[in-house]
Amino acid sequence: MQSTIKYNENVVRQFALMTVVWGVVGMGVGVLIAAQLIWPALNFDVPWLSYGRLRPLHTNAVIFAFGGSALFATSYWVVQRTCQTPLFAPKLAAFTFWGWQTVILAAAITLPLGITQGKEYAELEWPIAILIAVVWVSYAVVFFGTIVQRKVKHIYVANWFYGAFIITVAVLHIVNNLAIPVSFTKSYPVYAGAVDAMVQWWYGHNAVGFFLTAGFLGMMYYFIPKQANRPIYSYRLSIVHFWALISIYMWAGPHHLHYTALPECAQSLGMVFSLILLAPSWGGMINGIMTLSGAWHKLRTDPILKFLVVSLSFYGMATFEGPMMSIKTVNALSHYTDWTVGHVHAGALGWVAFITFGAIYALIPKLYGKEEMHSIKAIELHFWIATIGVVLYIAAMWIAGVMQGLMWRAVNDDGTLTYTFIESLVATYPYYMVRLLGGVLFFAGMLLMAWNVWMTTRPVRETAPVKVAAQEA
Amino acid sequence: MDINTFYGLITLVLLVLFLGIVIWAYSGKRKKSFDEAAQLPLEENREESNSQRRKGNEHE
Repeated sequence: MQSTIKYNENVVRQFALMTVVWGVVGMGVGVLIAAQLIWPALNFDVPWLSYGRLRPLHTNAVIFAFGGSALFATSYWVVQRTCQTPLFAPKLAAFTFWGWQTVILAAAITLPLGITQGKEYAELEWPIAILIAVVWVSYAVVFFGTIVQRKVKHIYVANWFYGAFIITVAVLHIVNNLAIPVSFTKSYPVYAGAVDAMVQWWYGHNAVGFFLTAGFLGMMYYFIPKQANRPIYSYRLSIVHFWALISIYMWAGPHHLHYTALPECAQSLGMVFSLILLAPSWGGMINGIMTLSGAWHKLRTDPILKFLVVSLSFYGMATFEGPMMSIKTVNALSHYTDWTVGHVHAGALGWVAFITFGAIYALIPKLYGKEEMHSIKAIELHFWIATIGVVLYIAAMWIAGVMQGLMWRAVNDDGTLTYTFIESLVATYPYYMVRLLGGVLFFAGMLLMAWNVWMTTRPVRETAPVKVAAQEA
Repeated sequence: MDINTFYGLITLVLLVLFLGIVIWAYSGKRKKSFDEAAQLPLEENREESNSQRRKGNEHE
């Protein structure tokens, strides 16, 4: 349907398609490394395929390539539609697409080669880190430029979340990557010791809080009202929880460093702020879910809405679990175990990936001038296998994690450890199998989505006026 | 000033700020404006169904 304003949809289409492509790649690598934990021989004795190198490739691919492309695509779509104006600086917007894809390709080459800063979620070496900073600042110019030239009075709440995500990620990325290069592929951080650790986890937890939460809440605040065709439950709540969320997340990072060389007071501060975070997090969840109040029947028939709403259930679960795990005594049990891995995936698969699936399924037909996706049944099937996949994954990791924590802390009467580390590893194998099964199911759903998107977007012969589909990669 | 007095004051300032945001957001005066803003994502749904009719009188 042709709108009267000529929106820039080309860059949205590009990012939306790459979301699907990188989803397949990133989750595929995830399945491979999950299998490697059971059968280490799957690294084929090739250094590039070793777990230690592929694991950062997996995290970078799913967070920054899959999640990042989804955030670019939806934010460019949402900011144009809710400001009722085309994108500011379309050439710069095109640069953000090609720049971001270059970053991803560079990551896919350097990480298997073992070129890394060794900082979690900030592995990429300085030349790539500089390119990220340039792309990100361009993104900010395009996004905020569009807001400045808006044709409506209000800045819709989704744009506040996207805006906070863009600004904060710029600050986090630049501060955490301050390093002194010693060669083209090696640099050392300007920070040392506990300070380095604190900067890293200030970055790391805010990457969760702003990249994986605020950005995707922006997605939620547009696509749930849109798909349910009703305004958000409480606009006022959205404002209060926005300011609370962004002010509190900033301080939660130290909970990654409990019982380390970090000063005790900083650890406690991180724990307290993490506990308070429950309130604004659940504010967002309640706001999204209650938007459906009075229209629950739509959930029965619309699998896209199922993805969007169930993502909020997982968001609620993960943001309850997170504060709980940040309590020092709980953390003493959970830290360094697979419970953490389960927690992260409850958020990453259940919340981030689910809301992305919903948003992309809603976007693709609009971007290609279609009524709806090629197969609604396939979306329904995707929803169910993905849900079963996540549940298997996180249940397995919960049990494995608690078991590991208990085995590692068990002591005999004479003070010696009851179990060796290898015994806890052997006991974990069955749960690794269940996790692999969950991952395979989730990956299968992603492949189904790729097929569905391909069938929806491929050039069709019989309907003549579809000219948009062909024009890009 | 004792550092602990300072901490206490900061806490107080932030609490007042938070309450201020809540009062601002929930004040009756803002309601109409927020209701308008909340309609922004849906405006297009209406626009799409009316697009034929409205095509003439909107800026391109």
